[in-house]
Amino acid sequence: MLTTLLIVVPVAAALFLWIVPLPSDYAGPFAFLAALVEVGLWAGGAVRFDYAGGLQYSAHHAWFSDLGVSYHVGFYGYSLWLTGLAVVVGAAAVGYGAWVQRERARAYFGLMLFLTGSIVGVFASQDLLLFYAFFEAMLIPIYVLVGVWGGPRRVAASVTFVIYTMVGSLLMLASIVAFGISQHTFSLVSSGTSSNDWIFLGFAVAFAVKAPLFPFHGWLRQAYTEAPPEVAAVLSGVVSKAAVFGLIRIVLPHFPKPVSDFRSTILVLSAIGLTYGSLLAFRQPDIRGVVAYSSLGQMSLIMLGIFAANPLGLDGAVLHSINHGLVSAAMFLLAGMVEREWGSGEFARLGGAARGRPILATMLLTAGVLTLAVPGSTNFAGEFLILAGVFRQGWGYAAVGAVAIVLAAMYTLRVLSAVLHERRGEAVTEGSPDLRFEQLVLVVPLVALLLALSVSPNTVSGHSFPTTAAAYGTPQATGAPSVAVLQLKVTSGHLTK
Amino acid sequence: MIAASIPTPHVDWLALSPALALLGAASVALLGAVLVPAWVRHVFSAVVAGSGFATAGVLAAVVYHRTPTATFLIAESMSRDRWAAVAQILIAGVGLAAVLVAWGSGRREHVGEYYALLAAAGAGMIFFVQAGNLMTLFLGLEWFSIALYVLSALDTNRERSLEAGLKYLIVGSFGSAILLFGAALTYGSTGQLGFVPIGDTPNAHDPMYVVGLSMLLVGLAFKASVAPFHMWTPDVYEGAPTPVTAFMAAATKVAALTVMLRLLTTAFPQQERLWGIAVAVLACASLAIGNLAALVQKNVKRMLAYSSVSHAGFMLIAVAADNALGGRALLYYLVPYAAATIGAFAVVTARERELTGEVTIDSISGMGWERPFHGAAMWVFMLGAAGFPLTGGMLGKLYVFSAAYERGWWWLVVVGVVATAVSLYYYLGVVRAMYMRPGSSALRVAPAGGSPPRDPALSLAVAISLGVTVGSFFFVSPLIGLARHAASSLLL
Repeated sequence: MLTTLLIVVPVAAALFLWIVPLPSDYAGPFAFLAALVEVGLWAGGAVRFDYAGGLQYSAHHAWFSDLGVSYHVGFYGYSLWLTGLAVVVGAAAVGYGAWVQRERARAYFGLMLFLTGSIVGVFASQDLLLFYAFFEAMLIPIYVLVGVWGGPRRVAASVTFVIYTMVGSLLMLASIVAFGISQHTFSLVSSGTSSNDWIFLGFAVAFAVKAPLFPFHGWLRQAYTEAPPEVAAVLSGVVSKAAVFGLIRIVLPHFPKPVSDFRSTILVLSAIGLTYGSLLAFRQPDIRGVVAYSSLGQMSLIMLGIFAANPLGLDGAVLHSINHGLVSAAMFLLAGMVEREWGSGEFARLGGAARGRPILATMLLTAGVLTLAVPGSTNFAGEFLILAGVFRQGWGYAAVGAVAIVLAAMYTLRVLSAVLHERRGEAVTEGSPDLRFEQLVLVVPLVALLLALSVSPNTVSGHSFPTTAAAYGTPQATGAPSVAVLQLKVTSGHLTK
Repeated sequence: MIAASIPTPHVDWLALSPALALLGAASVALLGAVLVPAWVRHVFSAVVAGSGFATAGVLAAVVYHRTPTATFLIAESMSRDRWAAVAQILIAGVGLAAVLVAWGSGRREHVGEYYALLAAAGAGMIFFVQAGNLMTLFLGLEWFSIALYVLSALDTNRERSLEAGLKYLIVGSFGSAILLFGAALTYGSTGQLGFVPIGDTPNAHDPMYVVGLSMLLVGLAFKASVAPFHMWTPDVYEGAPTPVTAFMAAATKVAALTVMLRLLTTAFPQQERLWGIAVAVLACASLAIGNLAALVQKNVKRMLAYSSVSHAGFMLIAVAADNALGGRALLYYLVPYAAATIGAFAVVTARERELTGEVTIDSISGMGWERPFHGAAMWVFMLGAAGFPLTGGMLGKLYVFSAAYERGWWWLVVVGVVATAVSLYYYLGVVRAMYMRPGSSALRVAPAGGSPPRDPALSLAVAISLGVTVGSFFFVSPLIGLARHAASSLLL
């Protein structure tokens, strides 16, 4: 019931905005309220969630039975955390939209809420076809949000994004048909495993585009730069995590053989993406470019954790997904505020903004320090877990990962010094004010959540998979053949039932 | 006394009633063109045609309800089964929507004939889908085709319309002739007219029989605008009055494809491997040609015409699969397809009336913001045609692909998937034009702050199409239930 409610509330609010002719001024506050209700619902659910158990808050109705498709939703620990990320970032993004007073407010806020609802649907799906429906439904609002409210080259950016993603997801549709028909069910809970490489590749490519994974990242720079900042925040922070969910929920448990066959390929591609993304991030001339390519790097790191295919790597991947989601959302929102204030995010025109603006400097510095995974931060915990996990697949991957952390420090510090310090840039006007209360309301919660996670990263990493705590001590966890453990880990909810 | 002494064949009037109701409506509308004074003629004819379609739909539903097992009537020349009944309900629904779209046209000339022909075309299709032998097949085909030829050319003052009518007449007659030739060869080879007796005749290796089969297939492919027999489609769709185009695009597909599956499975079950491959190849050709040609279209009606060619390709995949899932897939696919097609052409009609000119990608720029309801509806129709979720189009594609995969033809699934990916560009291109381009000020017809021309009937048609396009996503089970019963009457 709660799961359905989490999907329906934003969608219903979106329909309300589209249909009822509310004055435009009320659309933003209404949408923000709906987004906050959503956060409240999720928080209530998270408190009552039993993190030691399997699938919870589930609802199950037959949709069309001849193909074995049903509306089946529910949460595991990790999907609950990803959903939390989605609703929190979604609320911040809607709040940002309300703050900048987007034009055509009813359409805009409706689409934002619809996007939130469909992302929650993705994270809750326990049926392949339902997953596909939500996965595709995300695309519709993104296409319009980028194409209508984006920057000067928005139309090209949105078309590129949609074509990339749709090619991936149509391959996935072919895989879903093949998998579902041969299993006689589309249910993720009751279907068995498949060792067909082609079906696996259909899923893998779809998620590789969505994440993105090198070399499927061609859409990334344009989309993250041309999208409105709050949409970029949702895109990089949350939408990319649909790939994380898909890999953990669909690919790892249902394709054990192809996963182990293709593991080294994917790990190598992830390592390349991590290094390449970090290097590109270091060379970008504007804030959003840095955040965009750092997302490529961070998502590749998460891929390393997932395909390490052991409990350490997997816990790290979930924790780091949350970290990256919050950090990149905060960075995109801050970048948006900077661009809005000074009309440019280019380093050549910025600089010296810290003088007289302590709050902006503090927020940017905190978010930056978290990005570069300073020891003690939650990002450090996530990266450490991932590297420790992938170390068991080969020390080389861990070495590349460790180097990339240094690269992350380089590009983050470059952003901080280029915006906050150095000579005062021509775009930075003398009298322009510091961050105001309305802006802080949007960014501070994200940063505060990161700080809270830094105090206790185990809140997420220790509560993502039902058997985590036990699995650390078991011999399988340290041994090589970990796919079996993983499968147990991911699906133990229904195995124990 | 005399009546008792002359043996008359038993006539199952109920099974014929949907066609007869529409035929009656056509006659009344035609009489109205002479007898009813000019000022109420439009309302009168439209109401008569509309109620004809509504009655036919209800009667077809009654037939569906009372026909658990398939039977034959009139010396096995017609069949009474659920397959035909479901197709008839669809055709009647499409016809009703077309009447609603046509309502606000402000047409002055040929009003009575317009609606009479629309009803007559509907009656022909409803007769056609019941065809049980080669005679009724040809009769039904010509019946609705002739009505459509005239309808296409009805705007005699528009050169485009005349051109469309003439082209359709020539190419359509060519198709009909091929079908007739095929029928003659099949009859010559088997000595049978009925579909079932033809199927029971064991002469699989007679070349005449095989040539007859292929010519019958080609004749139907002309009507369903399957590539490479689609050449007439863009010109006719563009030239014909738009409500007529809407009716043609949706209803002709329903009729031609349901009959194609019936003919192939009942009359040629022994040649199943042969026509399976042939239909699959036609499907690939339609998907390739339809999608690639649609990419470069500037005129929205032409774009939709090529899109309908590509949809014919998708539906042929279901026909080629030749299994129970394929039968279900075909009928289910037709529901959101028909709704999205009617709806899209209805929005085009509205825009046409507003601009009094042709609707191109340029002339719909900014329309989404000016006309929120029609814009949003068009958006949904395009998503439906592209197969996005929250529209039945997605599940239609899923069913079609599942049927092909079950048959073991995974390559057909891959072709369908690639075609879908290509189609996104032009479907989303419409959305892009409506929402992401500023409206050209030269095209702004309503004065600033003015409201769009009111046309409640057309908006009702758009709303119904919208409801069906989206509703078929959520209420799959009942629709699939209908389709399952229907397909089982074909012994699939």
